[in-house]
Amino acid sequence: MDNTKRQQFNVMDFIGKLGPVLALAFLVFLVTLLNHSFLDINNLLNLLRQVSTNALIAFGMTFVILTAGIDLSVGSILAFTGAITAQMIIAGVHPAFAFLLGVLIGAILGGVNGVIIAYGGAAPFIATLATMTIYRGATYVLTDGNPISGAKMTNSFFFQVIGRGYFLGIPFPIVIMLVAFIILYVLLHKMAFGRKTYAIGGNAKAAFVSGIKINKITILIYTLSGIMASIAGFILTSRLNSAQPDAGVTYEMDAIAAVVLGGTSLAGGKGRLLGTLVGALIIGTLNNGMNLLGISSFYQQIVKGIVIIIAVLIDRKKAV
Amino acid sequence: MEIAMQNIFKSFGDNHVLKGVNFTLAPGEIHALMGENGAGKSTLMNILTGILPIERGQIKINGQVTHFKNAMDAELHGISFIHQEMNNYGEMTVLENMFINREITNRFGILKTSAMRTQARKYLDYLGADFGLDMPIHDLSVGNQQLVEIAKSLMTDAQVIIMDEPTSALTENEINKLFKIVKELQATGVGFIYISHRMEEITTLCDTITIMRDGISVTTTKVADTNVNQIVKAMVGRDLTEFYPERTTQVGEVYFEAHGLSRQGVFNDVSFDVHSGEIVAFAGLMGAGRTEIMRAIFGIDRLDHGQIKVSGKVVENHSPAAAIKHGIGFMTENRKDEGLILDATIADNIDLASLRSFTKYGLIDEHNDRIFVEALIKRLTIKTQTADIAVSSLSGGNQQKVVLAKWIGAGSQVLILDEPTRGVDVGAKREIYDLMNELTARGVAIIMISSDLPEVLGMSDRINVVYEGKIMGTLATKNATQETVMTLATGGQING
Ligand SMILES: Nc1ncnc2c1ncn2[C@@H]1O[C@H](COP(=O)(O)OP(=O)(O)OP(=O)(O)O)[C@@H](O)[C@H]1O
Ligand SMILES: [Mg+2]
Repeated sequence: MDNTKRQQFNVMDFIGKLGPVLALAFLVFLVTLLNHSFLDINNLLNLLRQVSTNALIAFGMTFVILTAGIDLSVGSILAFTGAITAQMIIAGVHPAFAFLLGVLIGAILGGVNGVIIAYGGAAPFIATLATMTIYRGATYVLTDGNPISGAKMTNSFFFQVIGRGYFLGIPFPIVIMLVAFIILYVLLHKMAFGRKTYAIGGNAKAAFVSGIKINKITILIYTLSGIMASIAGFILTSRLNSAQPDAGVTYEMDAIAAVVLGGTSLAGGKGRLLGTLVGALIIGTLNNGMNLLGISSFYQQIVKGIVIIIAVLIDRKKAV
Repeated sequence: MEIAMQNIFKSFGDNHVLKGVNFTLAPGEIHALMGENGAGKSTLMNILTGILPIERGQIKINGQVTHFKNAMDAELHGISFIHQEMNNYGEMTVLENMFINREITNRFGILKTSAMRTQARKYLDYLGADFGLDMPIHDLSVGNQQLVEIAKSLMTDAQVIIMDEPTSALTENEINKLFKIVKELQATGVGFIYISHRMEEITTLCDTITIMRDGISVTTTKVADTNVNQIVKAMVGRDLTEFYPERTTQVGEVYFEAHGLSRQGVFNDVSFDVHSGEIVAFAGLMGAGRTEIMRAIFGIDRLDHGQIKVSGKVVENHSPAAAIKHGIGFMTENRKDEGLILDATIADNIDLASLRSFTKYGLIDEHNDRIFVEALIKRLTIKTQTADIAVSSLSGGNQQKVVLAKWIGAGSQVLILDEPTRGVDVGAKREIYDLMNELTARGVAIIMISSDLPEVLGMSDRINVVYEGKIMGTLATKNATQETVMTLATGGQING
């Protein structure tokens, strides 16, 4: 095989992969130009902390979207597990143990999505649209529609540190985000599990005939998405010092936007986890930057939508 | 219509595919276009019909320089292209596929379904296709889908029809019918550009032949003035006299057994065995149920009754994953549908069925993976510059080799090959046959479905002939002839 040829193909690849990074760099440049305090270390850490919950959910969503699926129920899973974890802590369960149980419940809720999709053959959009309302409803039933907070939460070191603590000067949510990124990066890009994820999204029939257990992998991927949502839920509960029954509403949209901005194809089979991280940072920078610039939240929504459209159009051009 | 393509150039990146090709089609001529896999035949036709932009050179239609804007433009000017890779809409019906973009409507834009039905039926009947118009097209076999494509093209009243390997999925009967129609149309002045890797088709059907090699057209001659050996030599650049290597493998013990396999309405009471080191061919007409039997054995479809034994042990294959665990491999016939992930790289396709063998604690051993992939690319002479480009950018024959590489790499003890050499050039066919011999020498039991009778007779030890979901007879290949196989394949009996 010829090496010069290989390089030529990689240049195209490189630009393709770099697109989101260039967009982020441009955005950072623009915001800094307009307001120098953007680059303050405190502002940056604050930005990253804000990004972390969305990034965690978006990491899970990346796997789902790579299989040509979608998970609309993440916001509801976040709320449900956040609430039930808070209740367990108030009932006297050790917060660390409650956290693990919450993640387990998140895994189960995600797994239910997976089973409905894999064995029931339901379209992911419909299946998770249904469970989105079910899980949200269950959260309201569980909480009676009231926020949950209590002394057992505020007094627990573990509970406090997850959302508000620091590790070597870095806010804990950022640490969790980075650790999750590394683990999932290895899972997606270095392990057989990742190859299978791509294969299912690329051509599920061919993957099946090649001996890949597509039902099992699909269930595991939705389980993963549920786990990520519940971790984000715990962080959010800790940050707010209370579990809100309407937490996480429309979080699925931000997560999907991060994945798509990161260059992952909604048709499945193509994309990278690093792209999702960059996508989440783009959204975070937009939010943070517009706040700094004093742009009203009404306009912020419009701008965010426009950015997504531009990103997708650029992506389409590249594909042609 | 006369077509003259002069000094055509085309490259993809650094891959210079066409380097000054000349090609001329006289009116009413059947002109064969031949060359190895990746020689650039499909690319040349894509340029002619405006699907790919031309880089250098010119195209004259009836003496006038004409460059079509797109495929529709070419079609409106009377050039119809039946593609090698079928581009149909799987969920839509046969009828809808036939009239896509050329719907018959009344002046309010409402579809005139009955007119379309009549016309579609007429052309399908003409081709001897008896399936319904309302079937989703993905429920048809590859061969039947090919017939739909051909019918679609006949419908357009084209003056030139380009056929890019139209018969690769058809059996003798359908091929004969197709040839009769081609001759009839030729008599009315229609010209044909005919791409195929099957030598006997070229000599029986075509008037003229152009051979491409290394990016140029090396010769154009009357078919009557040349012979198969000369054609092959011009194509591959060396002598290749024996198409089929001798089968010398020592056949061992019974290794694979199927007992009374049935699936409601598809096949019935199918029993056969394969010894280790043996190649058992499955012959039969299109739709006889050969592929369906194998799909059920491999766990893609459910079996209603019957038992499968591998090496004397009963196995149950509820899924391909289970079948693979029991040492069975299955190279499916439809590479686009079930064989390949088109957008994924060659490497990712080749190792898909063997991930387990270089995964430790779930982690992929990239180094060994790479060695494995490169070795298979080399062994199967897949024509590519790197293992890291999408398979979709390979020529048809090379895509076929990727599917084969995947299954050879999986190291199965029982290997089911469904049309293994479909669309593969003569030289590469011979390499695949050699490879099959090598595998059987190592004791692998091979089941080969093939619609190519010379291949069946040339490369098997025994032949099971399937007709309407039943095995009509098992022949020792050394006693079999084309006639005996065809008799059984059409439901006839042979004496003695
Ligand atoms: N879209 C594309 N992008 C990159 N390379 C391409 C593309 N299409 C074709 N090629 C390359 O051009 C060469 C010629 O391909 P082409 O499909 O024309 O071959 P062919 O003669 O039709 O072969 P076959 O007999 O296997 O069908 C191959 O090396 C192929 O990899
Ligand atoms: Mg071709």
